[in-house]
Amino acid sequence: MTAINLDHLSANPLLPEVKDAMIEAIRADYGNPSSQHRIGDRAAEALDAARQSVARLINSPTSKEVVFTSGGTESVNHAIKGVALAHSDRGKHIVTSNIEHNAVLRSLRRLKLLDFKVTSVPVDEYGRVNPADVAEAVTDQTILVTIMHSNNEIGTVQPIEEIAAVTRERKVIFHTDAVDSVGVIPVDVQKLGVNLLSFSSNTFYGPTGVGGLYVRRGTKVWPLLDGGVQEHNKRAGTENLLGIIGMGVAAEAALRDMDRRIAHASGLRGKLMETLPQYIDGFIFNGHPEEVLPNLVSVSIKYVEGESIVLMLDDEGIAVSTRSACAAGALQASHVLLSIGREFADAQGTLVVSFGLENTEEDVIRFLEALKGTVKTLREISPLYNGEAVNE
Amino acid sequence: MYSETVMDHFRNPRNVGVIKDADGVGEVGNPLCGDMMTIYLKIEQERIRDIKFQTFGCGAAIAVSSMLTEMAKGKSLADAKKISNRDVAKALEGLPKNKLHCSNLGADALHQAIQDYEARISGKGKAEPKRKETHEHTHGDKCYCPYCDAEVPEGETFCSACQNDLVEIH
Ligand code: FES
Repeated sequence: MTAINLDHLSANPLLPEVKDAMIEAIRADYGNPSSQHRIGDRAAEALDAARQSVARLINSPTSKEVVFTSGGTESVNHAIKGVALAHSDRGKHIVTSNIEHNAVLRSLRRLKLLDFKVTSVPVDEYGRVNPADVAEAVTDQTILVTIMHSNNEIGTVQPIEEIAAVTRERKVIFHTDAVDSVGVIPVDVQKLGVNLLSFSSNTFYGPTGVGGLYVRRGTKVWPLLDGGVQEHNKRAGTENLLGIIGMGVAAEAALRDMDRRIAHASGLRGKLMETLPQYIDGFIFNGHPEEVLPNLVSVSIKYVEGESIVLMLDDEGIAVSTRSACAAGALQASHVLLSIGREFADAQGTLVVSFGLENTEEDVIRFLEALKGTVKTLREISPLYNGEAVNE
Repeated sequence: MYSETVMDHFRNPRNVGVIKDADGVGEVGNPLCGDMMTIYLKIEQERIRDIKFQTFGCGAAIAVSSMLTEMAKGKSLADAKKISNRDVAKALEGLPKNKLHCSNLGADALHQAIQDYEARISGKGKAEPKRKETHEHTHGDKCYCPYCDAEVPEGETFCSACQNDLVEIH
């Protein structure tokens, strides 16, 4: 029985063309893009080509606005801390939402230790931020608004353009964490109107350990890393050229195949959501019905705990992810699920299924069959289950 | 992440279920992750003749419940009272540090079920099963930060090693 990966949010395999390009790059013995000689020039050319590919993916008007980083986490840290440090003389207030990723939450927590104040706006039952709440939260001390583009637990996509209209009017810098969006759905930095946008290469089948930060021209951000003048003086350190080359190729492919990938993922998502009721009862889908990532299904299953489900499915060769507190290193319930109004016990039984290019409808059916048995077994053990489950 | 013994008990849990006319019931909630465990006892001549459990929790919690029921079955009440969280964790060939609290759940539920039985026969009537808010630390038990694994003093709500807030009760 072949293994089925329905946890692409955790890791994506490299595209074959990405592998080829990276192997070729290893063989090419590139030098340092910053050197003044020919060996360096070749490296600089390869770096530039990758930057242009990545800029095209997010429709950045010039590739100069793309900064390569070590991944989504660094990009987010850079954006938030870089703006905070560069603008603290103007104010020390930051606005965010209740459902951000830990990279955002913990960057902000760090800043709180340096006397920054943070206002977090709520989300509705689908996980959407109301732009009016952002407008209300912004004060004359606000230097940054950071709201994610799409959520990694429930898939909800935020009304970024409308929030950007608010930040533009109030002259506040706007960062969006688009780590789960870029390369999956169209993301156009010009249309969105953001100042800063974080993204990651592995989301679109590039290598891990490399990502990008879009910095709109004129946005003042301090570097996280000081040293040389690489990346237009925004990020010191010799570039991870192999990773960046891989990211460039993956970006080309993502742009080229975007429509086809979206159609494929949406098909699987629809199949799963339509067919699930034939296999189990007592579940709640999480996230917005329309404004949502095409490649993710988040479902809370009643009376059972997620880590147990994941372990049992793993025995059947199926990989999914859970948002149960038991599976979180921190043993805390997901702030995202609690924010959209899930009961604590329901949050415990939450699975996140994320599709990749190789998944088929057969995978979905095999997953559902295995899930049916798993849920039955675990409900028999559960003190919360009394034999009847009703869908909400 | 789990030992083979844990996985065995997780995959084939022993003594799952409810004893309808139980002589003692213990029900505890996990203060850390909110999970629940119920233990049912059938007592004959101060001995555990039958024991069953129900658990809503992680793989470790299910394995702990299963192992605990195996260990307690047939024991005299006096001996069963001596089963500690650590005994269960040890019988399972260890648990990951941040799962040690799941083993607390097991022994706590058993001890509560025995207390419930004793309350009933002493004529105090059926003691209301209650969710425990916190577990008692056996002397020498240590607590660890779930983020960085550093040892944290009991009752501490902040990990000085990684500067993260901890949930109130750990
Ligand atoms: S029961 Fe939640 S971590 Fe074990």
